[in-house]
Amino acid sequence: MRYFARRLGYFLLTLWAAVTLNFLIPRLQPGDPAEMMVKKLAGKDAELDPAKIAAMRAMLGSPEGNLFDQYVAYLSQLLRGDFGVSYTYFPTPVTDVIAKALPWTLVLVGVTTLLSFVVGIVLGALAAWKRNSLFDSVVTLGSTFIGTLQAFWVALLLLFGFGYILGWFPTSGGYDSSTPGFNLEFLGDAIYHSVLPAAVLLLLTPIGWILGMRNTMIMNLGEDYIRLAKAKGVPDRQVALRYAARNALLPSVTGFAMALGGILGGQLLIEQTFDYPGLGRIMGQAAMSKDYPLLQALLLFTIVGTLLANLVADLLYGVLDPRARKANS
Amino acid sequence: MTTTQPGQEMAIDAEAQIDEIESAGPTWFQVIWSSKKARFGVVLLALYVLVAIFAPLIAPYAADDLSFNPVELSSPAHPLGTTTQGADILSQLIWGTRVSLIVGVFGGLFATAVALLIGLVSGYLEGTWVDDVLSFFTNVALVVPTLPLIITLMAYSEVRSIWFTILIIGIISWAGPARGKRAQIITLRNRDFVTAAKFAGDKTFTIIFREILPQMMSLVAAGFFGAATGAIGAEAGLSFLGLGNTESVSWGTMLYQAQLQGALAQGLWLWLLLPGLVLSGLIMALTLINFGIDLISNPHLREDA
Repeated sequence: MRYFARRLGYFLLTLWAAVTLNFLIPRLQPGDPAEMMVKKLAGKDAELDPAKIAAMRAMLGSPEGNLFDQYVAYLSQLLRGDFGVSYTYFPTPVTDVIAKALPWTLVLVGVTTLLSFVVGIVLGALAAWKRNSLFDSVVTLGSTFIGTLQAFWVALLLLFGFGYILGWFPTSGGYDSSTPGFNLEFLGDAIYHSVLPAAVLLLLTPIGWILGMRNTMIMNLGEDYIRLAKAKGVPDRQVALRYAARNALLPSVTGFAMALGGILGGQLLIEQTFDYPGLGRIMGQAAMSKDYPLLQALLLFTIVGTLLANLVADLLYGVLDPRARKANS
Repeated sequence: MTTTQPGQEMAIDAEAQIDEIESAGPTWFQVIWSSKKARFGVVLLALYVLVAIFAPLIAPYAADDLSFNPVELSSPAHPLGTTTQGADILSQLIWGTRVSLIVGVFGGLFATAVALLIGLVSGYLEGTWVDDVLSFFTNVALVVPTLPLIITLMAYSEVRSIWFTILIIGIISWAGPARGKRAQIITLRNRDFVTAAKFAGDKTFTIIFREILPQMMSLVAAGFFGAATGAIGAEAGLSFLGLGNTESVSWGTMLYQAQLQGALAQGLWLWLLLPGLVLSGLIMALTLINFGIDLISNPHLREDA
């Protein structure tokens, strides 16, 4: 129980640090941050909407008062779920913009993350079990080679190859003319649009799992308990699955929980390339157009997602591996 | 950048010591060279370094020279054609090598120096409040998603030099290696030679950086190449998003422009293909070299190399 309490306390402490970081970033600039930002924007928009300045003030809290007062105001705003108003989608609240993009990312990145994990673990375990075989060489060299390719470049190539030249798939967006909602037409449309981004993710994300699983499994296969199991006459298949793979899976489970938390960040570069309406693209756009309230909210959102996933991973690890519980309490 | 200096001095020092220790066995370079993969990586990296150093001699034009006929396909004057803005694609590729290597070397050095300082001190003082504080910061930095944080920080800056990009990438990416080094030093700090140094009255800092650090140079080197690879990839990604450094043309900037201007629709497929290809080549070279470095720290891997 102490292990779990400790983990939870750690989570709260990290959460506080992350929120504070998020509070400090806009204030790292010299001078009055609100004024600086308004000036930056004024360079672009000839007519500056006073309401937008108000939005900026809202994000930064009251510009009067010292840093501590601002900090308290910021925290109470967060507790009320008030993240301010987006500039680019003015006057939509930041939370609405995020809520609209969230399902797209959750489905695309969620499904591909899950599939990649399963594929990666299976391939990695097989490669380790058949170490130095042709299969192992193909899988290991193949993943190493593909791993050196940049995801956004692969995305660009697929986009131009299958989208523009062959014209098999749509080149941007998440859906065409159909109305969003639960109807077959829209779902088909959305799936059709997600084929290319999903293909890139399915090609590249299993690689980490493959190599990681292969390495831990090879290490585990060298352990004494494997030798003992073999000496006892336990069938090969059982040694591979129930002994080696089961233990080698442990670090990957933690990694998987972390990856699930990472979903909230979206796949920035991929979504940007395909103009896919998820959280990643919104973040890229917010950065480009200096939509600071949206950007800060997305950053906080991403961080909190990762922290929560981390907590779950830690708790899970405590359940799965008694050694972790003992070592940490 | 003063923080890198102690690390560099140590590195030179440690190399000398490692040579001494391993004079009986193969030297570190022999081990790396013995692996086909790593040998290929070293040669490939050397090519990139040569191109970067001699860029002014090799490149026909300046990277930001936009004075040519736009959208020209391959011609004697422009072997790889020109962009929609009238820049020479070959010259941009060659100058871009410089940007990527500078980002790799300095981003890698910076991240490694911070990682070393924090990881080693925290690991050596495991269980004390110093370790608790340092570990806490490491863990916070570790869970904060890298790309979103870098992007947020970049979005606040108007003019971005290559050094600003390096600084931001370095600040964000030290945590993973720091944790690794902490774990490593915990296994080393109770060895006899450390106890001996303690009894000899050496100061904590001396023990950490003069006695223990040389024992883990291969890990440090692997960390450096890993960090350099990450920095190069991050720079390319940032530039591709249009958030890279605003003062020089990098491969990521080329891809950003290529997508923005619809390179393929104009038949300029080399513009889209080549920057990604050379980028992948560089990252592959670094990855392969890291295989070789793994052989140093883990002799078990050597037999099947």
